Amino acid sequence: MIKEYFKDVFSGIASLLRGMKVTLSYFVRPSTIITQKYPENRAELKMFEAFRGEVVMPHNENNEHKCTGCGICEINCPNGSIEIISKFEVGEDGKKRKVIDQHIYRLAMCTFCGLCIKTCPSNALAWGQEFEHAVFDRTKLTKVLNQEGSTVQKGVKE
Amino acid sequence: MEQTTTKREDISSIDYQEFVINMGPQHPSTHGVLRLMLKLKGEIVEVVQPHCGYIHRGIEKMCEHITYPQTIHLTDRLDYLSAHMNNEAVCLLVENALQIEVPERVKYIRTILDELTRLASHQLWWCAFGMDMGALTTFFYGLRDREKILDIFEKTTGSRLIQSFNVPGGLMNDIHKDFQKEVKEFIKYFRKILPEYDQLLTGNVIFQQRTKDIGILTKEDAINFGVTGPSGRGSGFSCDVRKIAPYSAYPYVKFEEKLQTKGDTFSRYMVRMHEMWESMNILEQLIDNIPEGTHAVKMKPIIKLPEGEYYQRVEASRGEFGVHVISDGNKTPYRFKLRSPNFMNLSVMHHISRNHKIADLIAISGSLDLVIPDIDR
Repeated sequence: MIKEYFKDVFSGIASLLRGMKVTLSYFVRPSTIITQKYPENRAELKMFEAFRGEVVMPHNENNEHKCTGCGICEINCPNGSIEIISKFEVGEDGKKRKVIDQHIYRLAMCTFCGLCIKTCPSNALAWGQEFEHAVFDRTKLTKVLNQEGSTVQKGVKE
Repeated sequence: MEQTTTKREDISSIDYQEFVINMGPQHPSTHGVLRLMLKLKGEIVEVVQPHCGYIHRGIEKMCEHITYPQTIHLTDRLDYLSAHMNNEAVCLLVENALQIEVPERVKYIRTILDELTRLASHQLWWCAFGMDMGALTTFFYGLRDREKILDIFEKTTGSRLIQSFNVPGGLMNDIHKDFQKEVKEFIKYFRKILPEYDQLLTGNVIFQQRTKDIGILTKEDAINFGVTGPSGRGSGFSCDVRKIAPYSAYPYVKFEEKLQTKGDTFSRYMVRMHEMWESMNILEQLIDNIPEGTHAVKMKPIIKLPEGEYYQRVEASRGEFGVHVISDGNKTPYRFKLRSPNFMNLSVMHHISRNHKIADLIAISGSLDLVIPDIDR
């Protein structure tokens, strides 16, 4: 009985020491540290192509985008975070055409499901790699994706 | 268990006051907003009554108003630690209903991501379970290794936890070019680390005494209560959906369904530890053999399921996750019922933690690995 009691005590201490050995072994292996110094490494911290930071509308050098204002992204968005305001414009051939006025994107409501980007027929939307979204005023989270004065690229199907 | 019963009788002769306390909804050991109403006699738990609904979002009802591709982003938010499997259930259901055969590449990638999700989930469970028992070190070690999986996810799927990567008909985008290399590196790394987990916690004498013979769930009770996943397998209930009804690339791989027969907290712990080894075996069989091809088949812009009832189940990291859809031929489901594993696992709480101490209740709830948003939905 007493023998078993002491056996239990010593095997218990041995098991604790085995655990401690693992922890202590990390003290002498600084190469296993994986923490990043975040605000300091901002310059080299680049996210990947697929990273879902925010929805953006890429513009080319002539301030042209591919969005035709068809509204498929607005229909597919499950939370109503996209709103498209369109306007009528007289084209070169004298015909009235519906073009996009404002592509409103509410980042605060977005769940990053990616359906707008996947379903866009003209690939006008893409993921942005920005991840620092904290702002002091929440109205800043409502963004207009098409830049001011931008037009639709030629050759994009209506 | 016998010991505690005799002790309880001793205590009752002293006439301790019975009292009722609320554990939660803001208790760190319930891992979320779960409220357990406990009727205690001294330190001994007599009745455990779970009160659900603190994080009820009405996901089933919301799903009746949105289209099938849109449900993906809601099933993510049930059991956020097995988001990928939950999505897969919906996708498989839609694909089976429309009789669409997805490319082999999609099946392989889905299975690989499933197993990575399971690994990440079990790692988080391991570190949180250790912390419930008072071992803070495990928390850091578990999270450190989980970070490596999340980095792999981030590169391929774009997000770390709630991925929304499955879409009906395939995947959102193709895998990152480094994906295979990184998964192989991770397996190599984690095979070395997993024995360290055992040294740190499994063999620990305090941990063993707190888990062995605590919260015994018999096989019959596991079946009666519908306890699936590692918690059910700890009682010897063979319930692995990957074996019973294989889906995706599971028919192509060889793996063992790990069972324990005792049914106590320690067996549930050991099942999960063994499952991590099995997950790595599955990953190793698949990672080099991903076939070439497209990452998605072209689907119609508006998906309408034919009229009828559909059910699809998958093995999530906590048990069998099922989706039951009744369609009336529209683009939105008529009824969207979810069978979430955690709700069933919670139902057994009172049954197995009666006549144990409060401290054992923490161990039991930790070993059931509850995720509260999955219970309330």
